[in-house]
Amino acid sequence: MRSPKRVTLFCGHYGSGKTNCAVNYALWLKAQGLPVTLADIDVVNPYFRSRDSEETLRNAGVEVIALPYANSNVDLPALPSEVYGLVQRRDTYAVLDIGGDDRGALALGRFAPYILKENDFDLLDVVNFYRPLTRTPGEALEALREIAASTSLSFTGVVNDSNLGEETTAADVLRTVPMAAEFCRLAGLPLKFTAVRGNLAESVSAAPEVFPIRLQKKPF
Amino acid sequence: MSEKVLMKGNEAIAEAAIRAGCRHYFGYPITPQTELAAYMAKRMPKIGGVFLQAESEISAINMVYGVSSAGKRVMTSSSSPGISLKQEGISYIAGSDLPALIVNVERGGPGLGGIQPSQADYFQATKGGGHGDYHLIVLTPASVQEMADLTALAFDLADRYRMPAMLLADGTVGQMMEPVELPAESAPTVEKPWAVTGTGMARPHNIVNSLYLQPDELERTNFERFERYKQVEENEVRVEEFMTEDADVVVVAFGIAARVSKNAVVAARKQGIKAGLIRPITVWPFPKQAIEKAAAHAKGFISVELSMGQMIEDVKLACACSRPVALCNRAGGMSPAPDQVLDAIINMQGGNE
Repeated sequence: MRSPKRVTLFCGHYGSGKTNCAVNYALWLKAQGLPVTLADIDVVNPYFRSRDSEETLRNAGVEVIALPYANSNVDLPALPSEVYGLVQRRDTYAVLDIGGDDRGALALGRFAPYILKENDFDLLDVVNFYRPLTRTPGEALEALREIAASTSLSFTGVVNDSNLGEETTAADVLRTVPMAAEFCRLAGLPLKFTAVRGNLAESVSAAPEVFPIRLQKKPF
Repeated sequence: MSEKVLMKGNEAIAEAAIRAGCRHYFGYPITPQTELAAYMAKRMPKIGGVFLQAESEISAINMVYGVSSAGKRVMTSSSSPGISLKQEGISYIAGSDLPALIVNVERGGPGLGGIQPSQADYFQATKGGGHGDYHLIVLTPASVQEMADLTALAFDLADRYRMPAMLLADGTVGQMMEPVELPAESAPTVEKPWAVTGTGMARPHNIVNSLYLQPDELERTNFERFERYKQVEENEVRVEEFMTEDADVVVVAFGIAARVSKNAVVAARKQGIKAGLIRPITVWPFPKQAIEKAAAHAKGFISVELSMGQMIEDVKLACACSRPVALCNRAGGMSPAPDQVLDAIINMQGGNE
């Protein structure tokens, strides 16, 4: 993977896997010996949040900024004040988990001026070609444009996170490699990485920029 | 090559409804059900369907009433507080012998409660909810795949028996993502000669109505309707039994509680305890016979619920209180962990020797 930017933002269509990518990317940065802070600014999803991995992240030495109300009953799109600090202070790598769709990306606008001023960021579009409304490169482009219209930052790269959850096979991943390439061509963006569950990483080595990830564990 | 897609439970309902020929959706956003409405808003305009965000849940259910009168497949969805608002309309739809699909992705209550998952609308769904003598066919999905499959089935049963059906899901099944094989396109298989579609000057007027001016006529309609309910009870019970044949301890759970319970049953078997699981897929009609059958060899039942204990009453009735029935529950938006259910199984096994 190319040298990480100071700020990495994971955006993308609803349910494309932003949280898993952000959590695993933060852990990877930490493993490179870098100071890392992960901020969950997903104001859309009520359940299944970065916060669910908070313990894993903290144990690994990743600082976590969670929405004060994530996984609670407060259905309020409030952002924690520490996020302002995170985009302005430059002593830590910042990974931001942005909410789904254009609505989630709106929250980003508040921080864009600081991120632009520093100009050391990656804004990544996470795409899963097994999601029902982004099944083709064309549909993924439509979703990307909707999000781009409500962010004040330009996308800098694509993450191919095509998966069927725990049932994903190597063939499922490999089938999406040409689709991701076509999507990158249409969007005029480079592929940052192909996210693959750890146990499949070896069998999909033909895919470009393989990045092994772990999924959050559910009790059912 | 895989034909599967990765979907949220709420999205799977929406797509399955479209594939079942539903082209009319009326709703109002509420967490944790909103993705269903959002999906319909994106898809319906592209396929010539109607997505309408009504000004309230009450309006939405009355729009459903109207479209169903015209013989079209139609649905609405909400979460607990919104479903309470719809109850008057649901009673009218039942009283007019109309099919419709109502989806409840439950959250914690009572009142405004919270947005985390719950199963505390069991009484409301299975015992009435609105006024008058009526039933809904109530289906309880436990996976994203079942969210899709039971949606198709609900439309079918509703048409066949001319009564509203409800998908009673919880917030977790609504929000979680799993691979789904979407059902094939289908269409209504029954004629709807009662539909208000215009006479073309060729037949008498059809009248869809729940008002009866003569009490004896209303009584007759009620008795006739309950004859139909009897058929539903005889023919449409759906239940999954897991390791129940020789079980000493039988867990009864539906929806997300059943998934947690299945893990606990497997763990109990590993410890040498003969545990089993009865998972009602229809909670009305309730799988009484499965409970009755298990009562012949089980020393007791455990009702696992995300509520203060509602289905437990049906379990007690089904086994005629011939066995102890324990409650293992969390409430208010919290879910039981497999260990909590395992502890309950161990207690039941150890007690009542």
